Amino acid sequence: MINRLFTLLIWGLASCVLFAFGWLMVDVLVQGVPMLSLDFLTSDPIRSGRAGGIYPIIVSTFLILGVALTIVLPIGLGSAIWLCEFSNKDSKIVSTIRLSLDVLAGVPSIVFGLFGYAFFCGFLELGFSILSGGLTLACMMLPILIRTTEAGLAAVPNEWRRAGAALGLSRTTLLWRVLIPYAAPAITAGLLLSIGRATAETAALIFTSGYVDRMPESLADSGRSLAVHIYDLSMNVVGGDKAAYGSALVLIMFIVSINLLANALSESWMQKRVSRQ
Amino acid sequence: MTQSAGLLIQLSHIKKRGVDDWLCLFLSGLMGLTVLLLLLIVAFLILEAWPAIHGDGWRQFLRSDGWYPLEGKLGLLPMFWASIAVGVGALLVALPFGLGSAVFIAYYAPKVIGKPFAGVITLLAGVPSVVFGLWGLTELVPLVNQWHPPGASLFTAIIVLAIMILPTISLTSYSALLALPTQLQLNSAALALSKKTMVVGVLIPAAWRGITVGVLLAIARALGETLAVLMVAGNVVQMPTGLFEPVRVLTANIALEMAYATDNHRAALFASGLMLMFVVFLIALGASKLSKKEMSPI
Repeated sequence: MINRLFTLLIWGLASCVLFAFGWLMVDVLVQGVPMLSLDFLTSDPIRSGRAGGIYPIIVSTFLILGVALTIVLPIGLGSAIWLCEFSNKDSKIVSTIRLSLDVLAGVPSIVFGLFGYAFFCGFLELGFSILSGGLTLACMMLPILIRTTEAGLAAVPNEWRRAGAALGLSRTTLLWRVLIPYAAPAITAGLLLSIGRATAETAALIFTSGYVDRMPESLADSGRSLAVHIYDLSMNVVGGDKAAYGSALVLIMFIVSINLLANALSESWMQKRVSRQ
Repeated sequence: MTQSAGLLIQLSHIKKRGVDDWLCLFLSGLMGLTVLLLLLIVAFLILEAWPAIHGDGWRQFLRSDGWYPLEGKLGLLPMFWASIAVGVGALLVALPFGLGSAVFIAYYAPKVIGKPFAGVITLLAGVPSVVFGLWGLTELVPLVNQWHPPGASLFTAIIVLAIMILPTISLTSYSALLALPTQLQLNSAALALSKKTMVVGVLIPAAWRGITVGVLLAIARALGETLAVLMVAGNVVQMPTGLFEPVRVLTANIALEMAYATDNHRAALFASGLMLMFVVFLIALGASKLSKKEMSPI
């Protein structure tokens, strides 16, 4: 009897989760889909976004992402490779660096926003600009990217490193020809996940890349990201809900496709690992 | 012939050593940049918060006469307790559902349902927080308003946040359950334990480490969430006394007032950011102590 009840409870809990998810998704789809059109994606917002489209906002979003990636890719990948392949794993400094990266990965995004606002906008005098926003996002993505890349490299079996050394390969060749190709899907998956995180980010961008919803003229200009646009429409613009749902649908579609790609990559990578062992 | 070939390898080895050294130097440089950035972030936050915390300054945050920054009254306690109330509340709501759905996928769901269900949870984990906020604001707040006005309240914030942290709990618990040796299930079957006894008495206790790590990560996310909570919590600075009272959490306070804060007020906001960072530090420390194995931050 109790066993039956427990089974019922588990099914009940799971259906509640499904219900909440369904409610959210149906809501976004029902209110978002009617907004979605080519016109919505390619025209400027009118009257603070109540009407018109989101073209400049999409452009700003990608510019901010582009700035962030340009900074975070070399530093993040380089640091991860050093941590995994060139560092002395037992040393106190390395484990301290690891712990601080873990802490930083969990730090609330609003704290990064504070830092970006004070340092990039204020101290470096970049003002509210796409550059400040991108740099702040880069700080946020860095720990995530380093940790996932490192995990991908660490999963390469050690025999390969020994075999490489036995063949007299230099560590550069070993890294370039063996380790990185092997870990590439895992690294890409990590990269995609951190892009997803960055695209969803609002709190870190409000005080760094600013609020302006017109087309940015340069990287030093202020630009509004898609997530900030949704926030602004729903909180500060009366009657902006419809457009907010339209933008939310665009944002979700972008992030879901990135996540699906990341999942497919890491799954194919897992299969490769299994088949090679 | 063999001799010269050997020499060639030796020579090329020496040459490649040079490349290796350069690469190592280059990579250490990049690592150094990362470390510098980490230090810079912490140092800058402390520097900005310094006017409010140096000496006895931090005591002003404990004042009980409230948060009126324009009059110089900077009591953070109401928002601190609101953050705790929202975080703990969301955890209490999310834990049964998260753990329940992990158990569901691992042991109860038929294969045809289990896999798509896991996919749904992964999808839920990817939904941006601002979308949760939008949904809460336009759907949940009016609904709660009919029941217990004003609608935007501690309760609404707890529900929205619970749905947001549920995937974290569920996915980490699921992988902890999955990592258990099959022997446990076989032994339970051999002892003729009922399925309920097996799950509650054997499997969940065996996986508690992983589940606790998931819970810690979820708490960190709950305390750090800003805009979703800001959009549905009502943002009135007051001690959280009732479930249906509007509250303002620490993170929302930063987001709301940063734009116009100056001097001591601004320093107080940075100090509350620093405080959040410290709490996350403690949580991450706990999580890394618990999981001896490598753990990705996601």
